[in-house]
Amino acid sequence: MLVVATVSFVLIRLAPGDPASVIAGPYASADDIGRLQTALGLDQPLPVQLVKWYGRLARGDLGDSIFLRRPVLEAIYERLEPTLLLTGWAMLIAVLVGVPVGVVSARHHNSFLDQSFMALALIGLSVPNFLLGLLMILCFGVWLGWLPVAGYVALEGGLWPNVRSLIMPALALGLVQSALIARITRSSMLDVLREQYILSGRSKGLTERTVVYKHALKNAIIPTLTVIGITFALLIGGAVVIETVFNIPGLGRLMLRRDYPVVQGVVLLIALTYTAINLLVDLAYLAIDPRIRFR
Amino acid sequence: MKVAPWGDRGSNANSAHERTRYLGVRSFLRRRSAVIGAVLVAANVLVAIGATVIAGVDPQALDVKARLARPTATHWFGTDHVGRDAWSRVIHGARLSMVVGASVVALSFVGGLAFGVLGGYYRALDNVLMRMMDGVMAFPGIILAIAMMASLGPSVFNVIVALGVVYVPRVARIVRGSVLVIRETPYVEAARALGIGDGRIIARHVLPNCLSPVIVQGTFIFAAAVLGEAALSFLGVGVPPQIPSWGNVLAEGRSYLQQAPWLTLFPGAAIMASILGLNLFGDGLRDLLDPKLRGIQGAARES
Repeated sequence: MLVVATVSFVLIRLAPGDPASVIAGPYASADDIGRLQTALGLDQPLPVQLVKWYGRLARGDLGDSIFLRRPVLEAIYERLEPTLLLTGWAMLIAVLVGVPVGVVSARHHNSFLDQSFMALALIGLSVPNFLLGLLMILCFGVWLGWLPVAGYVALEGGLWPNVRSLIMPALALGLVQSALIARITRSSMLDVLREQYILSGRSKGLTERTVVYKHALKNAIIPTLTVIGITFALLIGGAVVIETVFNIPGLGRLMLRRDYPVVQGVVLLIALTYTAINLLVDLAYLAIDPRIRFR
Repeated sequence: MKVAPWGDRGSNANSAHERTRYLGVRSFLRRRSAVIGAVLVAANVLVAIGATVIAGVDPQALDVKARLARPTATHWFGTDHVGRDAWSRVIHGARLSMVVGASVVALSFVGGLAFGVLGGYYRALDNVLMRMMDGVMAFPGIILAIAMMASLGPSVFNVIVALGVVYVPRVARIVRGSVLVIRETPYVEAARALGIGDGRIIARHVLPNCLSPVIVQGTFIFAAAVLGEAALSFLGVGVPPQIPSWGNVLAEGRSYLQQAPWLTLFPGAAIMASILGLNLFGDGLRDLLDPKLRGIQGAARES
């Protein structure tokens, strides 16, 4: 935790250039900049700044934004909804598309269906999400006119308008990730389907459905879960990019300015969430596979 | 219900047969796709080297009369909002992508090998180094790169540094894993017994033996770096806008998606072809150098 916090502080602050001169603008005198630096506490040596930041962090205070002149937490909270919803939908799409595609591919191994799915997955791995987003805007927004080209309707503007504004971004983000999940699910299903207990399940007359979904999938899901943990990192990173593509006022927008406290806050928050998700994934192993025990 | 081909195997002999046939088919397919990948990568490299010749026109030259022009005989990919030739910019973008990709790979190799070998070989350093690496790895890659770029400011060099920092720990982890195994092998022990110094053992015995998984990883890092550069530039925190890069062309094209979709389609196709090529090539290389990792490692790469 402490390491994560320090890394996020040091990496961002070590960079040359300082926000005081950015706020003051190109015509400000050195004197003005100096005064601003003092006001913002940027003139103190780095370690001092770091310790002060820790102190505030321990009290749950992420500091004030340099540009917005208000608490970082407040600014983050305001922008949380779209990012959270976008990531959630995208995750749902990634899993709901990726896992079934992987299972079907494994069941019909080396068939035409399998090969076309895997070719698609390979293409999916090669398309950056923002490109897919742009292509979707072009296709469904500009040419077909089915969905809004960009923008975001907050939840309070109604559920349907909100969902409508998120369909394309979530698909762009989720589909790309589903490729990874499909590949892993397929390869681990293939391994499991070669096991003896699958053979014995088949020979005692269980239906193919029971064998595949109840016995095989349950055993094959562990690597998939691991990938879902990794997927989350890619999704949240992708969300930042996709928000720009679709003009969604989410966390990503906060990160693209040289506003140290805000960038630090957002990065820290994301790293924490990522760590928490990975912990959840580890806990899910326990629930699924009784052989796994924590020492 | 369809019976899967491996469902009816009875004896071990049969299963062994099934297995070889299965691997044979697969490696054949893999090899073919690896060839396609290699061709795509080679094409990309050639374009990057010969960019000035192939492009024909200066990527910065303005054709003011033909702003946002459709693709024509003079402007193959059309022109952008100030009348620059998109073909030339996409071709020069290939050069930039290759430069960024190669530099990021080089940087992450140097850093990753250094940290990985030190951590794996000298147990005392291991804990400190690996916790540092974990610290960096606790951030989703692109987020870390964006955060660094937001404070470093846009430039090609900074993009390379930011992406390099992201991938150093990933290389270091792999290297450390191999070094931990290698340092316990009889030949290292023998070398030590002969009184050969640590430096020489590392250079002569440890380094060469931990290279092949790293090289495989290198192709995936290359792909991820090309993607990363495009994403950063697209967001406006990567390469400065006047330099032709795929991300920049896409970012500029985004505002004119309705009037000039070619500004999105062509650089998009270029990115896809280059990443696809690298991924296929990487898969093939992995099968060749490191068959143990088949099917698992590459897919789990992080961008």
